Amino acid sequence: MSRKLLMSLLLIIVLLVTACGRTAPAGAPVATAGAEGDAVVTVESGGGEGEGETAASEVEVFSWWTGGGEAAGLEAMIAVFNEKYPDIAFNNAAVAGGAGTNARAVLATRLQAGDAPDSWQGHAGQELIGTYVAADQLEPLNFLYEENGWLEVMPETLIPLISQDGNIYSVPVNIHRANVLWYNPTVLEENNVEVPETLEEWFAAMDALKAAGVETPLALGEQWTTMHLFETVLLATLGEEAYNGLWTGETDWNDAEVTTALENYARILEYTNSDASALSWQDASQLVVDGDAAFNVMGDWAEGFYKELGLEPREGFGWAPVPGTGGTFQFLSDSFVLPVGAPNRDAAIAWLTVAGSKEGQDAFNPVKGSIPARNDGDRALYDEYLQSAMDDWTSNTIVGSLTHGVVANDSWKSELDTALGLFLANQDVANFQNALSATCVASGPCK
Amino acid sequence: MRFNRDSALAVALVSPSILAVAIFVYGFIAWSARVSLSAWKGLLPDYTWAGLSNYAGLLADPRFHIDVRNTLLFTTLFVGGCLVLGLGLAILLDQGLRGEGFFRTIFLFPMAISFIVTGVVWRWLMNPAQGSRLSGLNLLFDNLGLDFLINSWHTTRDWGIAAIAIPAIWQMSGYTMALYLGGLRAIPDEVREAARVDGASELQVYWHIILPLLRPITLSAMVILGHISLKVFDLIVAVAGKQLPLDVPAIYMWTTTFDGNFYGRGAAIGMMLLLSVAALVIPYLIYTTRNEAQL
Repeated sequence: MSRKLLMSLLLIIVLLVTACGRTAPAGAPVATAGAEGDAVVTVESGGGEGEGETAASEVEVFSWWTGGGEAAGLEAMIAVFNEKYPDIAFNNAAVAGGAGTNARAVLATRLQAGDAPDSWQGHAGQELIGTYVAADQLEPLNFLYEENGWLEVMPETLIPLISQDGNIYSVPVNIHRANVLWYNPTVLEENNVEVPETLEEWFAAMDALKAAGVETPLALGEQWTTMHLFETVLLATLGEEAYNGLWTGETDWNDAEVTTALENYARILEYTNSDASALSWQDASQLVVDGDAAFNVMGDWAEGFYKELGLEPREGFGWAPVPGTGGTFQFLSDSFVLPVGAPNRDAAIAWLTVAGSKEGQDAFNPVKGSIPARNDGDRALYDEYLQSAMDDWTSNTIVGSLTHGVVANDSWKSELDTALGLFLANQDVANFQNALSATCVASGPCK
Repeated sequence: MRFNRDSALAVALVSPSILAVAIFVYGFIAWSARVSLSAWKGLLPDYTWAGLSNYAGLLADPRFHIDVRNTLLFTTLFVGGCLVLGLGLAILLDQGLRGEGFFRTIFLFPMAISFIVTGVVWRWLMNPAQGSRLSGLNLLFDNLGLDFLINSWHTTRDWGIAAIAIPAIWQMSGYTMALYLGGLRAIPDEVREAARVDGASELQVYWHIILPLLRPITLSAMVILGHISLKVFDLIVAVAGKQLPLDVPAIYMWTTTFDGNFYGRGAAIGMMLLLSVAALVIPYLIYTTRNEAQL
């Protein structure tokens, strides 16, 4: 009997020890939290164990670039980093899944536990500012911009969009364009439809296509792609200045112009496929090149998808700014930050310097299929579409994307998403406008 | 001495679980309750007292109204469908047909699959594409000349959630069947024989004798299926993604907390989910313990 007791006690002790093992004291070897396979597991140098070693021997960079061109682009940029800073070990703490949703949940947990990485990826603009600057987690980077002369090589209209109260909080590595209209050149040609440049021309074109028997003039996908379409229609109807004002409180959401924008949006939805909510963005993009649809509004990562399908630019697919937004570049960007109290601050600054450099950006972007945030990228490295985007990036006015985190913070965006979802269900414009206006008030910019 | 040692052993063996449950279940429930009464919005915890404002906000929130409606509709269809199908299958299998074990296994198998897998497969089957892009079940209906059955499944306006109940019923009706089959086997043949001797038709035997005797099984099944239904999340996300017409409280809780950083509101939704499950389970627990006490 006593042997049985002994065995049980032993078992309990084993259980307790394994349970406690998860909460190792700070400074002990810790596996990178929540990483799925890709991340390198390392011994962190903070706390008691790292004493005696040099402080800047490692930099831990957190991102959600784990697959395809993104991971390959990151690897290319890491190669540049290793060449320039051979004495700093690069620790790639990437978390896979959900276009960054998983990574951001892991990051939030780490920050709440006081275990910040040295730098992390985030969408440039309010998504970063509203979440991390509001929680005093980020250092301003103006000094880095001045030291490296980045203010001269990045578009002037970009800087306010990635700043708060005059402080710049992140280094944009790549630029994507949101307001791109993709079309099937063959479908347009067969039906004698020109590429539309204004909203009215677009409506006329889609009417003509519908009359000619094209089932779906405009391909649409799941809910976030409807928000993507929504932001481009807002921009097309309101123009740059009033669109920017929406996010600062200078444009009244109850304005008659906004009503017109919402009516335009409701009208555009009538040309879309009935199964939109069941399609991913790739499915929707595919409808265009398969000839099932004529148009699709999607960010310029669609070009990478079309190239994967083996299509030739201008033949298999064509592009233009979303009608009514010519001369405006609605951007989104992945950027890197410097957290307050970064464990290896100097190494983090070294990483940011590479991320903002010509070499770093020209290594990353051709592989990822995006353009550099700098205007001095080497054109020869980029394909036909990307070259046209580089031209527009340097010559157009820059405005920010809503869906991809530039103009509104996460809280505001999620409330807008709810309002949009309700509108898609009930198609009530007046109600939608009230709800949009209410989200602006609740989020702060509007009085 | 011996008794003492045994009870000491028992306490020692049970205490880790009690401790773990106390911390990880009840401790975290209490913490969620506290967060739900706070104004926490944003990355870092903020326990500023906000009273019941999160709850009041939800009651006035049109999205939460959709959630409640969807949950009620889904629960009714899912629980009702499982009970009817499960009972039907159980009665058929109870007729002593050959290869009963084979059929029992087949009907039970879907339960072994996770809702995510079920969701992905049914996402393909219930493809709502129309016109020249027909696919899945719709294409099958088209090929069989059953055009009137072609429909837009979960994208149907206002009633899309009903389509989500189909895979859920497919998955759980076999389990309900197993419950009922156990119940049927427990009813002694003498009872049926006695009814038949008294001149009851086979239908009357089932209606007046078997069904009333199965009532405790029905109740257990309703509670088990009901709490699954109230918490449904993975199946909907796998079939249709996160979209508002198919929103349920669990999805709203996830998006508002982790996409929108509204931790206070998310915790309030969690507490309301907990209360709704408790409203279902607690009366059942009281009922069963009282019955056991009587036995």
